[in-house]
Amino acid sequence: MSQSDNLATMPAHAAAGNHGPLQHHFESLEQQRDASSVGMWVFLTTEIMFFGGLFLGYLVYRLSHFAAFAAASSTLNMDIGAGNTIVLICSSLTMALSVHAAAVGKRKTLLWMLGLTMFLGLVFLGVKGYEWHEKYVEHHIPGPNFVWHEENNPALAAERHAADVNPGETELFFSFYFAMTGMHAFHMVIGEGLLAWLFFKAWKGAFTPAYNTPVENIGLYWHFVDIVWIFLFPLLYLIDRHH
Amino acid sequence: MSTAAQAVETRPNYLNATYGIKSWLLTTDHKRIAILYLISITFFFFIGGFFATMIRLELLTPAGDLMLADTYNKMFTEHGIIMVFFFLIPSIPATLGNFLVPMMVGARDLAFPKINLLSWYLYLLGGAFELYAIARGGVDTGWTFYVPFSSTYAHSHVVAAALGIFIAGFSSILTGLNFVVTIHRMRAPGQTWMRLPLFLWSNYATAIIQILGTPVLAITIVCVALERVLHLGIFDPKLGGDPVLFQHMFWFYSHPAVYIMILPGMGVVSEIIPCFSRKNPFGYVFIALSSVAIAVFGFLVWGHHMFVAGESLYAAMMFSILSFLVAIPSAVKVFNWTATMYKGSVTMRTPMVYALGFIGLFTMGGLTGLFLATLGMDVHVHDTYFVIAHFHYIMVGGAVMAYMGGLHFWWPKITGKMYNELMGKLAAVIIFLGFNLTFFPQFVLGYLGMPRRYYQYPPEFQVLNVLSSAGASILAVGYLLPLIYLLWSLKYGKDAGPNPWGATGLEWTTQSPPITQNFEETPIVTEEPYNYGRMPEATYVAE
Amino acid sequence: MSEHIVPRRIYVLVWVALLLLTLLTTFAATVDLGVLNGPVALTIACLKMTLVILFFMHVKYSTRLTWIIVLAAFFWLGILLTLTMNDYLTRHFLNYP
Repeated sequence: MSQSDNLATMPAHAAAGNHGPLQHHFESLEQQRDASSVGMWVFLTTEIMFFGGLFLGYLVYRLSHFAAFAAASSTLNMDIGAGNTIVLICSSLTMALSVHAAAVGKRKTLLWMLGLTMFLGLVFLGVKGYEWHEKYVEHHIPGPNFVWHEENNPALAAERHAADVNPGETELFFSFYFAMTGMHAFHMVIGEGLLAWLFFKAWKGAFTPAYNTPVENIGLYWHFVDIVWIFLFPLLYLIDRHH
Repeated sequence: MSTAAQAVETRPNYLNATYGIKSWLLTTDHKRIAILYLISITFFFFIGGFFATMIRLELLTPAGDLMLADTYNKMFTEHGIIMVFFFLIPSIPATLGNFLVPMMVGARDLAFPKINLLSWYLYLLGGAFELYAIARGGVDTGWTFYVPFSSTYAHSHVVAAALGIFIAGFSSILTGLNFVVTIHRMRAPGQTWMRLPLFLWSNYATAIIQILGTPVLAITIVCVALERVLHLGIFDPKLGGDPVLFQHMFWFYSHPAVYIMILPGMGVVSEIIPCFSRKNPFGYVFIALSSVAIAVFGFLVWGHHMFVAGESLYAAMMFSILSFLVAIPSAVKVFNWTATMYKGSVTMRTPMVYALGFIGLFTMGGLTGLFLATLGMDVHVHDTYFVIAHFHYIMVGGAVMAYMGGLHFWWPKITGKMYNELMGKLAAVIIFLGFNLTFFPQFVLGYLGMPRRYYQYPPEFQVLNVLSSAGASILAVGYLLPLIYLLWSLKYGKDAGPNPWGATGLEWTTQSPPITQNFEETPIVTEEPYNYGRMPEATYVAE
Repeated sequence: MSEHIVPRRIYVLVWVALLLLTLLTTFAATVDLGVLNGPVALTIACLKMTLVILFFMHVKYSTRLTWIIVLAAFFWLGILLTLTMNDYLTRHFLNYP
């Protein structure tokens, strides 16, 4: 769901409309842009509270079940996680550059930057899918098939101090791992959809220096999803890596 | 049919600007969306009322003889879910708020009209899921969905019902978002914050709560659904999880939610009392800021629902103290309303009857909240009918009465018609009497120890229960009457004119019903929001 | 709402900072800092978030209302976390008799 949907109906070059992109209930383009920006920020506030609930649960259990969380966390591949973080940071750069391109009216640059952002997002999702598959293979997906002890892999078990911790609590960690990265990935997929829509509108020439609010606002959304990952990475991957 | 009534029908207004079902179902006019909401929430109100009827019928006798215990569980669960999420939460904001917020700021529409329409469709979609859950056999977890019952052991349609609430929650968030942006960025020239009508202050505070609280409910529902469907054991004690964590997350929203339900009603009362006392609100700034104070403080007290659930004694003490503090801004409003009436020129029109009923009943409900905020007392009355009486005094005696009062106050503006004043007052009095007969005995029952959510009780409680059920039947009559005479007024009511009550506010400067774009020209605000000292008298004379 | 166009140079500088901080946090996790590992990781994450908010999301150049909304959001998240932890951290502090 996007704040910008309602702005999409009036492309800048609308021939029939006499206001162009200005909607009839606003007094000026300035007011419209300001209002839609505030609207997007308010929406992001709801997203902060939404993810906040998961962070709350994580915080409560990490403090009370630290050993199990640490052990479970160390089964995640830190390098892949760091690499994926870098992918997402790069996508934030390209998103910011696309906002810049729209603001100065460079359509081709805008298209390239949007395309790159989408591509990097897809890379992130692909890597995430690979990581989840790894967890599936290791029987670390919570539920009836969850197995903590790597009985058929004693070396791995020893390396991860598998015997020391409560298996139930490690399953709890993985519940949060999948809930949080899953919710994040879901938001990324929505973001990809929004970017695709932006790309389409940009292709049609909808964005000019005078009117580029959807690019800005969807950029805000994309950066927010990046920020969520900026916290997920250390919280999920880096609990206890110094053993 | 008088020529005046004909003039209403032929003059262009938002109701006759365009015709056809598509023009309504695809409208982006906030006034039409308000009417769409009005119809839908009325529908859900009566569905919720049906479940209440079932409850009160069962409780006529001490034995559980009307239905199975599991069925009774479903009755009170569905009553709670429907009334809270599909009636009370949207009620005033989605109907009166949608209609009036743009008009009161002098705008042509809300900031995001299409999002407003989306909000209504989301509400319907959520309602559809809820009705589906009911049709498939209902939910029996209580509207509070406590885990581990709801996440693991319940065999009822928890996910469908929870999904319905989740979707309706987004409807609520979008409404709040729209109001916040509109009030911040679309005020007419000259309309400073201190020139806003108090109804706007209340809806603004409500919108803040909707935005900040509802998402936490959303994620809580997601967690329960994940646990139920995918076995991601987030609250599962077998994995080291804590069911009380669910309660923290649930009540973080659901306590502020009660302020979502009452604040708009307080805003309505703040408009009605000055109008029918012909006097400016006493302490405008205090009433305005107390709304914001309630919105903020309301987020700090949720643990008072968990005093006996296992939270730490220290946390319980903190939440108890904070709960006492949150009563203060509400009390400020009650004092100010009373002071407004003092030495005013009071006329007892239908909206005023509802507003006065609100003040009395809300005060009782609020004071009994202090009993519940007291740790020692709460141990005794938690999960008894005392709690039920407390929140019904606020929600029904308060919020619903305010909603009815607002409906009757702005009905002339919304429809251009006047309803029968005698019927209006009669229904208000019937509701007031029926309400007290229904719920006052429940305070006594709770204090005597009758638990809530039980379909059978010891015989010594029967008299009070019968009184309560009798009151409920009177209440039902009271609610059905407005349905009849308000609809009747649409066809046969007198032409209202632009300002039948002689009220202040930009909405009363327009014709009734308003034109689609509300104002011919954007108004410029130069005066304070209330000037009853200089307003002409009400033009409407009851027949 | 600002017309301000942030120079691309700033974006690139912030991007470099974010990359460096990512490497820093990854490295710091492998060093035994005792009880400080967690706070250090969170501090670095907060720093990264601040850079993204101020520059990529333009908040540094935005209206006062935007600032209020952002601060309010974090404040409310703080209420959720603080008052809940107020329960969990005192579960054994004052016991019921």
